[in-house]
Amino acid sequence: MKNEKIKFKDRLKDISSGLGDSLKESTLWGSIFRPGSPFRKGYSDSPRNRSYVVMNNVLYHLHPVKVKRHGVRLSYTLCLGGLSFFTFIVLTITGIWLMFYFRPTEMAYVDIQSLQTSIAFGSLVRNMHRWAAHIMVLVVFLHMSRVFYHGAYKAPREFNWVIGVILLLLTLLLSFTGYLLPWDQLAIWAVTVGGNMAGYTPVFGAQVKFALFAGLEATEATLLRFYVLHVLFFPFIIVIFMAIHFWRVRKDGGISGPL
Amino acid sequence: MVDIPEHLLLKTAEARAKALGISVEQALAEMRGEAEPTKIEKEPDVIEVTPIEVEVKETPAPAAEVKETPAPAAVKEAPAPAPEKANGQVPTEVDFAPETKVTQRLLTVVKAKPIQKPTSEPVDKVNTWPHLMLPEFISLMAMTAFLIFISAILQAPLLEEANPNITPNPAKAPWYFLGLQELLSYWDPQIAGVMIPLLIGVAAFMAIPYIDRNKENKPSKRKYAIMLWTFFLAGAGTLSLIGILFRGPGWNWTYPWIDGVWFDDLLDWVHFE
Ligand code: HEM
Repeated sequence: MKNEKIKFKDRLKDISSGLGDSLKESTLWGSIFRPGSPFRKGYSDSPRNRSYVVMNNVLYHLHPVKVKRHGVRLSYTLCLGGLSFFTFIVLTITGIWLMFYFRPTEMAYVDIQSLQTSIAFGSLVRNMHRWAAHIMVLVVFLHMSRVFYHGAYKAPREFNWVIGVILLLLTLLLSFTGYLLPWDQLAIWAVTVGGNMAGYTPVFGAQVKFALFAGLEATEATLLRFYVLHVLFFPFIIVIFMAIHFWRVRKDGGISGPL
Repeated sequence: MVDIPEHLLLKTAEARAKALGISVEQALAEMRGEAEPTKIEKEPDVIEVTPIEVEVKETPAPAAEVKETPAPAAVKEAPAPAPEKANGQVPTEVDFAPETKVTQRLLTVVKAKPIQKPTSEPVDKVNTWPHLMLPEFISLMAMTAFLIFISAILQAPLLEEANPNITPNPAKAPWYFLGLQELLSYWDPQIAGVMIPLLIGVAAFMAIPYIDRNKENKPSKRKYAIMLWTFFLAGAGTLSLIGILFRGPGWNWTYPWIDGVWFDDLLDWVHFE
């Protein structure tokens, strides 16, 4: 164990040893990497600097300087909450890229086709966006199960569980609205099935369906509506709820446990 | 010098009388210079008599001053600071060091704590950097690598262009709704509705922490809850699998190995040549 620690320490020191000293002494470099950063000249791996790495970093908004020992064991959270967040980031990046080539009009299908055939990495990025979306739904659900099995929703974390359920709903809504966008037979009929289910709402069924489809059935007006919800509205809302979720994890006393 | 208002003079006299243990009339007379000032053995407690927010350094005790200057002018300088404050004049003898002026006071020290039910037992902690951030970074990299890998080998489905006039059979919702679609196929939506059961379901999920009042988090002490969730997972998994793999045209039962798979999300996986 001791041996391992020393090796680790040496590795940390070497993170940026390949960069020239003149670069690391420049005002520009020093102004970007704040004290404690492993990229700063003369960095040494001390407890003080380990604290500074977090404290002098924008990540301080997410992480405290110290966390419970059991919480960093991979077997505790399986990093599932983190992975939900990472997939969301990947989806944001690939999604913005896709927006350059996609029009939510009668051209939608053609745009996807030409994206796959005539744009560099088009097919890869589209695949990444789609598989990441499926994975996000799965991972968020697994994260929820992990939280349940650990009883991590118990006081004082009850409300963070409620926020979590909202995040799950938003994740599903993001995925569902995105499902329509390729405007192929798979898209339109999956959304039609889903929308028809919403149509079975008692009393307001017809109105709910009308609001969802922007008409009586899935048309190009629906496409535009789902597009705006998918690229703007739901991401906006989910980011707000994620911020609250992460904040609550810290304010509720960090990760739950140990069991 | 400005005349001191009568009521302030009286107040000061009362304070002085209390401090020196003499009568108010006596104190008043002394202050006016009509009587010999009382000799005191112990220093009056200035702080107790007049609450002031300045720390006065080397201020001579008021009584001592009176003793030295029994003339009427002393009236304004000798008493405790209350009248000084009133007429805004500071006696020259008093040495006000600006740095000793107190502009704020510490009321209490509030310790940073979680907003609800803080646990104050010491916990075993490690530095976030590197013990948490490095694994996170590695997970991020692994996840990205995995995504790029499957995206390179698995093509996302793109069927023919949307056509509202051609209904595929079966028409399936996205996979995460297929368990639900399967479940809903057992009852007539016209009668039972769909959204209401769904909303109740969502509300029930949100209510879990408020229903489960068991405070334990050890698995051995919450067998019932764990059992319920496991049943839920098994049920949801089974329904989803049926919806994904075993439902064909007309939502009739099919066997994927006999009738093929009716699930377009898996298109590329099953036609993997
Ligand atoms: C977009 C979806 C979500 C994201 C990005 C997310 C992210 C996170 C992260 C990063 C953590 C820190 C611990 C960990 O990694 O396990 C966490 C904790 C937690 N999450 Fe989520 N989460 C999401 C959805 C959910 C859902 C659906 C639920 C439950 C319904 C939930 C309930 C909780 C609770 C109760 C905790 C505290 C766990 C503990 O202290 O052990 N979250 N979440």
